Amino acid sequence: MGPRFLLLLSIAAVSLVSFLFTGHPQASWPLGQMDDYLLNILILAGINVILAVSLNIVNGHTGQFSLGHAGFMAVGAYGSATLTQINSKACLASLAFLGNAAPLGLFVLSLLAGGVLAALAGLAVGLPSLRLKGDYLAIVTLGFGEIIRVMIQNTEALGGARGLAGIPSQTSLGWTWGVSLLSIYCVGSLVNSTYGRGFLAVRDDEIAAEAMGVNTTRYKVTAFVVGAFFAGLAGALYAHFIGYITPEGFSFLKSVDVVVMVILGGMGSTAGVTVAAIALTFLNEALREAEQYRMVAFALLLIILMITRPQGLLGGLGRWLPGKGGKS
Amino acid sequence: MSELLRLEKVTVRFGGLVAVSEVDFHVAEGELVGLIGPNGAGKTTLFNLVTGVYTPTTGRICLGGREVDGLNSSEITGMGVARTFQNIRLFNSLSVLDNVIAAFNLHLESGFFGALWRGAAFRAQEAQIQEEAMALLEIFGLREAAHTPCRSLPYGDQRRLEIVRALATRPKLLLLDEPAAGMNPTEKIELMRLIRFTQERFKLAVLLVEHDMKVVMGICERIAVLEYGRKIAEGTPTEIQKDKRVIAAYLGEEVADA
Amino acid sequence: MNEFLQQLINGLSLGAVYALIALGYTMVYGVLRFINFAHGDVFMVGAFSGMYFGRWLKPFAAAWPEWLFASVVLLGSMLFCAVLGIVIERLAYKPLRERPRLTVLITAIGVSLLLEYAGQLVFGAAPRGFPSLITSTSISGLGGLQASNIQLIVLVVTSLLLLGLHLIVMRSRLGLAMRALSLNPTAARLMGVNTNVVISFTFGLGSALAAAGAVFYASLYQAIDPFMGVLPGMKAFVAAVLGGVGSLPGAMVGGLILGVVETLVVGYSKLLGIPPGYRDAVAFVILILILLFKPSGLFGKTQREKV
Ligand SMILES: Nc1ncnc2c1ncn2[C@@H]1O[C@H](COP(=O)(O)OP(=O)(O)OP(=O)(O)O)[C@@H](O)[C@H]1O
Ligand SMILES: [Mg+2]
Repeated sequence: MGPRFLLLLSIAAVSLVSFLFTGHPQASWPLGQMDDYLLNILILAGINVILAVSLNIVNGHTGQFSLGHAGFMAVGAYGSATLTQINSKACLASLAFLGNAAPLGLFVLSLLAGGVLAALAGLAVGLPSLRLKGDYLAIVTLGFGEIIRVMIQNTEALGGARGLAGIPSQTSLGWTWGVSLLSIYCVGSLVNSTYGRGFLAVRDDEIAAEAMGVNTTRYKVTAFVVGAFFAGLAGALYAHFIGYITPEGFSFLKSVDVVVMVILGGMGSTAGVTVAAIALTFLNEALREAEQYRMVAFALLLIILMITRPQGLLGGLGRWLPGKGGKS
Repeated sequence: MSELLRLEKVTVRFGGLVAVSEVDFHVAEGELVGLIGPNGAGKTTLFNLVTGVYTPTTGRICLGGREVDGLNSSEITGMGVARTFQNIRLFNSLSVLDNVIAAFNLHLESGFFGALWRGAAFRAQEAQIQEEAMALLEIFGLREAAHTPCRSLPYGDQRRLEIVRALATRPKLLLLDEPAAGMNPTEKIELMRLIRFTQERFKLAVLLVEHDMKVVMGICERIAVLEYGRKIAEGTPTEIQKDKRVIAAYLGEEVADA
Repeated sequence: MNEFLQQLINGLSLGAVYALIALGYTMVYGVLRFINFAHGDVFMVGAFSGMYFGRWLKPFAAAWPEWLFASVVLLGSMLFCAVLGIVIERLAYKPLRERPRLTVLITAIGVSLLLEYAGQLVFGAAPRGFPSLITSTSISGLGGLQASNIQLIVLVVTSLLLLGLHLIVMRSRLGLAMRALSLNPTAARLMGVNTNVVISFTFGLGSALAAAGAVFYASLYQAIDPFMGVLPGMKAFVAAVLGGVGSLPGAMVGGLILGVVETLVVGYSKLLGIPPGYRDAVAFVILILILLFKPSGLFGKTQREKV
C-alpha cells in the first residue's frame, strides 16, 4: 500500500497548499518565484496528464478506442464556466455564507459540476457505443465529440462560435497537479485490483472475459464514465486557467493530441502516459514557432512508431500493469 | 440427482448451415458426460449456445430449471456454468496468476469503490483471492509459473490454465472443449486424473468434448454423439462403442481421411 | 413541392460526392477489414491536384472544348490520387497486415494527419479558389425549377463512373479477385489470388473515385483547403455504414440518402426547428441511430464471430 499512501498524502499536501494560497490563485508554489512562462507550461502539463491518464483507462486498459476525449473536456469546460462566468452573480450570492472563501467554494463546485456533467456525457456515449469495436467505436466517439462541439457552437447562451471570455482564472499549479495526482491514483488503483483485472480482461478478449463472469458492458461503460469525469475536470481546470474558451479549441484535433500522448506513452501504462503527456507539453511549447512542422513530424512519428514499436516509446515503463500494453 | 442443464429441441442456423439441429440433452449434478462427434459436428457450437455466446434459432436451454434465453454470457457464468475454449483464449497480456484472478470477478464483495478506497475489507478480500488462486494453480501444477506471462506457457499448460481459470468462477457445471488437444500421452493420463479429481473435490458436473477416445471412454459415465448437428446416439461408453450409427459416423470419417 | 424538388437536386449532387467517397471506404473495408481513416484526406489531395493540374493545363487547352478540358483534369486528378492511394497502402499499411487492427487504425490516423499538415505546408492554410472547369450556367426546368449545369453534370458523370465501377467489379478478372478476397481471404489466397495486387488495385480504385468526388465537390463549392477532407470524409464513412459497410450498392445509396437528408434538414430548418448550424451533426446522429438499430446497415449482412 506504500505508493498509494504516498499519493494520497501528496494530494492532501497539494490541496492544502492550494487552499492556503487562496488569495493568490496563480501563486507559484512550490518553486518559489517562478517565471510565469514556466508556470503556465507546468499547469498545461498537469492538465494534459489528467487528459492522457483518463483517456488511457478507456483506450489503454479497457482496449476501447475513443477519439472523442475533447468533447468531454468541452462539457467540463463549459459546464464549469456556466457556474463561474455565466451565472456567477447568482452562484456567488448563494454561497455568500462562505464569506471570503465564496469564490474558491464556487470554483471547487464548478470543477465538480464539470466532472459530473462530463461523466454523464460519458454515460450517454458509452451506452450506445457498446456494441462497437475498434475503428467503428473510434468514428462514433469522434462523431459524438463533434456533435457536442456543434451543439455548443449553436448555443447562444454559451457564447456560440465566438466562445466564452472572462472566466475567472482560478486554476493554480496546486489545483492542477492535485487533480492530476488524483487521476493517477484513481486510475492506478482501479486497475490494480481484482476488480480492475476486469478492464484488462475486456481488452484482451471480450468473449473469454464474459465467459469468466466479467460483465463487459458494465466495464466498458465504467471506463467511459471515469475517463469522461476526469476529462471534464481537466476541461474545467483549463477553462479557469486560460480564461477564454471556444468550441474550436475542443475539436477532433485536441482529441488526437491526447491520443498521441497515450500512444507514445504506451497504451495501458499509467506511468508511461504521464511522462509522455509532460514531455509532449514541453515539446509543443518548444516547437510553438514551428507549429506547422510540428504536426507533420508528429504524424510521421505516429506512423513510424506503429510500424516499428507499437507498444509506444515508453511502453513497459508502467508499474501498474504487468506486461506491456500494445494490444488492441 | 437434480438436473443442471437441459436442452429441448435446440437448433441454431448460420445462414444456410444448420450447425445444431433439434438436440435434446441434459446434464445432472455431479455427472461426467462426454460429447463426441466428427469435426464440424456442432460440439463447440453447443457449448457456445449453453454459455450464451450464440442464441438458439429455435428451442429452449434451461439451467437449473430456469430458461437462459437472452442472458449475457457473464450472467450465465454467474448461474454456475464455466468453460474452456478449444482455440485457447487466455488474457494474453496478463500473468498466469492474473488470468485466474480476473475470473474471480463474480465473487467480489467490494468492487469499484472498494478498489478506490482500498480499506481493510478490500485488502482482506484481495489477499484471500490471491490465496485461493494460488491454491487452484497448485492443483494443476502451475504455481511455480504464477508470475510469468501466460503467453510464455507451453501449450499444454495453457490448456490447464484455462481449466484453472474456469474453476475460479466456482462453477457447478464445467464445459471442457478438447482439453487434451496437443498433449502427449502422459499429459493426457495426468489430465484425466485431474479432471476426475476436480470433479469430486468441487462437486462439479463436467461436460467434456474430446476427440481422444481413450480419454472420453476412460472417464465419462455417459456419452452423447453428434453428427452434422444431430444427436445420433447417447449412452454408456460400452453402448456407444457398439452403436452402429456411431461406428458409421466415425468410419465414414476415417475413410474420408484416408 | 417545387422547393422540395429543388432541395432534392441540391441534395443529390452533394450525395453523389459522398457516394463516390463512401465507395472507397467500403471497398477497402471489404478486402482489408479496416477503415481507412486517411481516405477523406486523399479526397482533399484530389481537389488540390485538380486545381494545380487545371491551372497548368489551361494555357495548352485554350482551343479545347470545355468538356474535353474538364474531363482531362478529372482524369488527371483521378490518376494522381490512384497512385497516391497505392503508395500510401504500400508504405504505411502493408507492413501492418497481420497486426492488431488498432495498430492499423492509429497508423491511418497518422497518415490522415500527415496529409492534412503536409498539405497545409505545401498549399497554405487559407482556402483557395478552385478554377472553374465548366462555365456555370443556370438551367430552368419544369415549373421554374432551377439547377446549375454543374449539378447536372455531376449527377451524370457520377452515374457513368458508377457504371464503370460496376463493370470493373463484376466483369474484370481483378474485380472478380477483389470480390473473392472480400468473401473469403484464405480461400482466395489458396486459389491463387495475388493479394498484394488486388489490395493495391482496390486502393487505387477507391482513391480515384474519391478524387472524382473532390473535383465535383470543388466545382460545386469552389473553395478548397487542406482540411476540407475531414468532414466529407467522415460523412462518407457514415454513408458507407448506412448502406452496410462492404456493400457497393449500399455505399451509393447511403451517400445519396445522406446528401439529401443533410440538405433537407438545412433547407427546412425552420420547419423542423433544427438550426441550420446543426448541418454537420446530422450525419453523426444518423450514424448513431443506424448503429443502434441496424448495425449491419441497409444492405450489409450480419456476421457473427466464430468462437
Ligand atoms: N459463427 C459461425 N458462423 C458460421 N458458421 C459457424 C459458426 N460457428 C460454427 N459454424 C459452423 O458450424 C459447424 C459446427 O462447428 P463446430 O465448431 O461446432 O464443430 P465442432 O463439432 O466443434 O468441430 P471440431 O471438432 O472441429 O471442433 C461448422 O460447420 C462450422 O463451420
Ligand atoms: Mg469444436
